[in-house]
Amino acid sequence: MNEQLLTVSSSPHIRASHSTASIMRDVVIALLPAMAAGIIFLGINAAILTLICIVTSVLTEFVVQRFIMKRKVTVTDWSAVVTGILLGFNLPVTAPWWLAVIGSIFAIAIVKQAFGGIGQNFINPALAARAFLLASWPTRMTSAAFVTDTYTTATPLALLKSGEVTAAGLPSYMDLFMGNIGGSIGEISALALLIGGIYLIVRQVISWRIPVIFIGTVMVFTFAAGQDPLYHAMAGGLLLGAFFMATDYSSSPVTVRGQIIYALGCGIITSVIRLWGGYPEGVSYSILLMNVATPLIERFSMPKIYGEVKGDA
Amino acid sequence: MDVKHSTFKGGIHPPYRKELTKDKPLKVARTPDQVVIPMSLHIGAPCTPMVKKGDTVKKGQRIGDPNGFVSVPIHASVSGQVVAVEPRLHPNGQQVMSVVIQNDGLETLSEEVVPKGELDNLEPAAIKEIILNAGIVGLGGATFPTHVKLSPPPDKKIDFVVINAAECEPYLTTDDQLMRVYPEKIIYGLKAMMKVLGVDKGFIGIEDNKPEALEAIYQAIDDKGKIEVFSLHTKYPQGSEKQLITAVTGREVPSGGLPMDAGVVVSNVGTAVAVSDAIQLGMPLVERVVTVTGSAIADPQTLMVKIGTSVNHLIDECGGFSEPPAKIINGGPMMGIAQFSSEIPVIKGTSGILCLNEKDAHVEEPSACIRCGKCVSVCPVKLLPLYLSEYSLRGDYDTCKKYHALDCVECGSCSFICPAKRTLVSSIRVAKREIIASSRKGN
Repeated sequence: MNEQLLTVSSSPHIRASHSTASIMRDVVIALLPAMAAGIIFLGINAAILTLICIVTSVLTEFVVQRFIMKRKVTVTDWSAVVTGILLGFNLPVTAPWWLAVIGSIFAIAIVKQAFGGIGQNFINPALAARAFLLASWPTRMTSAAFVTDTYTTATPLALLKSGEVTAAGLPSYMDLFMGNIGGSIGEISALALLIGGIYLIVRQVISWRIPVIFIGTVMVFTFAAGQDPLYHAMAGGLLLGAFFMATDYSSSPVTVRGQIIYALGCGIITSVIRLWGGYPEGVSYSILLMNVATPLIERFSMPKIYGEVKGDA
Repeated sequence: MDVKHSTFKGGIHPPYRKELTKDKPLKVARTPDQVVIPMSLHIGAPCTPMVKKGDTVKKGQRIGDPNGFVSVPIHASVSGQVVAVEPRLHPNGQQVMSVVIQNDGLETLSEEVVPKGELDNLEPAAIKEIILNAGIVGLGGATFPTHVKLSPPPDKKIDFVVINAAECEPYLTTDDQLMRVYPEKIIYGLKAMMKVLGVDKGFIGIEDNKPEALEAIYQAIDDKGKIEVFSLHTKYPQGSEKQLITAVTGREVPSGGLPMDAGVVVSNVGTAVAVSDAIQLGMPLVERVVTVTGSAIADPQTLMVKIGTSVNHLIDECGGFSEPPAKIINGGPMMGIAQFSSEIPVIKGTSGILCLNEKDAHVEEPSACIRCGKCVSVCPVKLLPLYLSEYSLRGDYDTCKKYHALDCVECGSCSFICPAKRTLVSSIRVAKREIIASSRKGN
């Protein structure tokens, strides 16, 4: 036997079968139902815009890693694809193509790669890009842009906020649930997002903690404020944000207690913005704000280790 | 069956692969023509050889003299002639002084191998002496001398003796076989250890993927009020001492402490059998059960093996290699040590020989941490492996210490689960060594 051939490495000698790429691929799979709903209710433009985001995100990652930072290119880990889809999902279906391109470049080059690449971004790249686009081209990003052939001119939450319509003028629960409403590409169908979210929990890509606590907090808060909690849960970007963006590994806490605090924070800020803030929708900003608080939350939510005596730390 | 069910928090579910050997009968391995017995078969100081080239030895005869408290004598596992006393390759990777015995095949027993009497008539101190003289160490792999474990300082009150029968390492069916074949020896060994410690409560914790073993052990208990069996959730590292203690007794071993600080002494199944043999037969620890398995082995088996038998000999016993081995591991896949040669002897801590083919041995390149937190959720000690590893790689061992690196049990669950294939436990090990080294220097 040729003993030179034996591998000598440190234990453990077996590894779980999943990988960064397989996890990211699972996220992509989980986003497909919402994509389908977007295409069905908003038209083929939803697919085209999202595709532009995906291609630009992957290309940006490749160019930045290969030519600017001269690092190992990691586009095969699918994370840029996830960012691309999420950014696409955050755009109104009427957004021009260049908005998608600029947003994607900003998300990948500035928010992700400039801070060190995958795992290092302190805020969610897609959300940061959305906030950037919203600040730069507010009219193209907000309700005024949601004019399509068949739908109302504003998102359900904008209608609710404006107070111009009675409850009868709002989309029904069924429309909200299926996605027969106006809104950003990926946030319209509660059903599709729930299917994707449950898939991620079952596949153990995410834990139930952040989405359930986030959504639960918003429901309790809005109910306490005298509004319809079910409506708040299904309308707007809450489900998309809670399942797919607040759970972003890089920018959310890794500790159990940290995740609980983080999700509570997301829920409270969302509710406050929706009820009393200047925007009809508060999911993006609540997540971004809690993203920034994550290192602090983690520091103060260190788990008590096995066998640790009180006051031992 | 009246058994309790329990487990611990955290842990992983690796592929177990126990089916390779689980239902094959325990086979006694053919005695080799030559055994190589290293003078280091336990943790602690190596023994001094008591024989020289040309000497004739009998089976069970003492050939290594212990040095110090944490050391036990070493005995010949076969009868025959000493053909060499020289350094040979040890599974720890070093050349270790070893006694090489040419087997005469006669199995002539040493005069000292006589039954030591009835357990009821033996004083605790006498039992401890028998255990020491029989060279018994923890057979789970750590090889800590058993008589030392049974000698807690007087201020530590021991309430329970726990038999670690979890066998959570994938592939291994060593303890499983012992429990099915020798359940009464295990109960006897447990009772002996309980008597030494003056304890009247014993527990046996078995993972629930070994129903036959559980049944056999349960049937073998004559005093069910005194000895209880726990059916433990099949999960790695259920057999980690501290996790087992918590699952069975509900107590936690204090950080930085030992099981005795929680009033518990834990012992492996194989150790209990060895204790029983030492008392009932007078036979010192000269053989053990080894699972020889893995994708590169033609006919995986669980074998009763003489200490000092070459691993190559065992591989031949199991039909040789079915395909070229890419990795040979002494122990299980989670905590075993990869070997650079198969020309090594079976030692007291060899619970398994795992031979993996190219595909199973493939090590993937680590990529960037994605902060998925899976390592945090599986850590049985509730550490933050991603941070410990990060600080260790940066050389910031002070922060590692603050983050409780020393509490890491090195189970490897974090590395196993990491989707980025990062070598988390390895870097935490480095930090532990550095922290211990600097505290010795007095910094």
